[in-house]
Amino acid sequence: MSFQFTEEQIKRYSRHIILPEVGGKGQQKLLDAKVLVIGAGGLGSPSLYYLAAAGVGTIGIVDFDVVDFSNLQRQILHSTERVGKPKVESAKMTLEALNPDVKITAYNERIHKGNVIDIVKDYDVILDGSDNFPTRFLINDACFFLGKPLVSAAILRFEGQLTTFDYRNKDVSPCYRCLFPEPPPPGLVPSCQEAGLLGVVGGIMGTLQANEALKLILEIGEPLIGKLLVFDALTTEFNVVKLRKDKKCPLCGEKPVIKELIEYEQACDVHF
Amino acid sequence: MEKVKVDRELDLRGEVCPFTFVKSKLIIEQMEPGQVLKVILDYKPSVENVPKSMREEGQEVLEVKQIDKNLWEVIVRKVR
Repeated sequence: MSFQFTEEQIKRYSRHIILPEVGGKGQQKLLDAKVLVIGAGGLGSPSLYYLAAAGVGTIGIVDFDVVDFSNLQRQILHSTERVGKPKVESAKMTLEALNPDVKITAYNERIHKGNVIDIVKDYDVILDGSDNFPTRFLINDACFFLGKPLVSAAILRFEGQLTTFDYRNKDVSPCYRCLFPEPPPPGLVPSCQEAGLLGVVGGIMGTLQANEALKLILEIGEPLIGKLLVFDALTTEFNVVKLRKDKKCPLCGEKPVIKELIEYEQACDVHF
Repeated sequence: MEKVKVDRELDLRGEVCPFTFVKSKLIIEQMEPGQVLKVILDYKPSVENVPKSMREEGQEVLEVKQIDKNLWEVIVRKVR
């Protein structure tokens, strides 16, 4: 592998290059990588920040929402003066100011059955930081059909969850539907608007999502495949629960019944 | 010491830590195992740090020598 870094890049990425596990070779992998982040909110803010800082060369951001005052308690990509602006635009401004090496593609739209494959297909790693079940299931199923690794995180109140589904290796990796076969009935799981959320929980879980993405790109360490990490901010405890591949899973089981994308109804149309 | 054939030479006069090591590492990563790199340094702390970091990465430091007042050369063979 050969690489040619500018003086500025050598300085910018020196702490990476020094690491035996990264080096110039790893940094070049990061610059060549394409990562898609769904949601420029509580999870997407920290993950996007660190991915851009790390020099991930192509980053896609999907969000249809605009910046609201209620976002600023945790969504650190945005700012008071950008209230009312599309989140993807605000995110792009912040990230381009941080690292001009990164090419940002902004998708100012809601994920639906008709666009999800087109958006996901060109990326190497997908990070789900969305805030609703219909989107989560669509992203999961699209990543599964396209054989893409998906790093999934969720946050509520003082709790965060994280796992990685590696759909390049469907025989080994469980899928999101092994965990949740289908969306819960509307009203059963509260949204963060209803239940509240400590801002830093998004910071911690989103940063861990970026860590998983960097490991997958660099092919180092062990990604969190077949394991669900649960974080409790009140006790500052992390627990890892084993996830098993479900033989009866409707998507990845022995007799799959889901063979195409399914668009579930949005329970309500509140914006977070 | 027996004279070794140097495959690449890197003049790092004016550079300080950690960039002396970072730049040496970037070159050695792109060389073949067995090839030899000579690094010229004028920053004294790097004369210790570059060989130390190279050894930590598994490379073989063949020679560290002062060639002038405030001028040193470090000769490294790429192992891996």
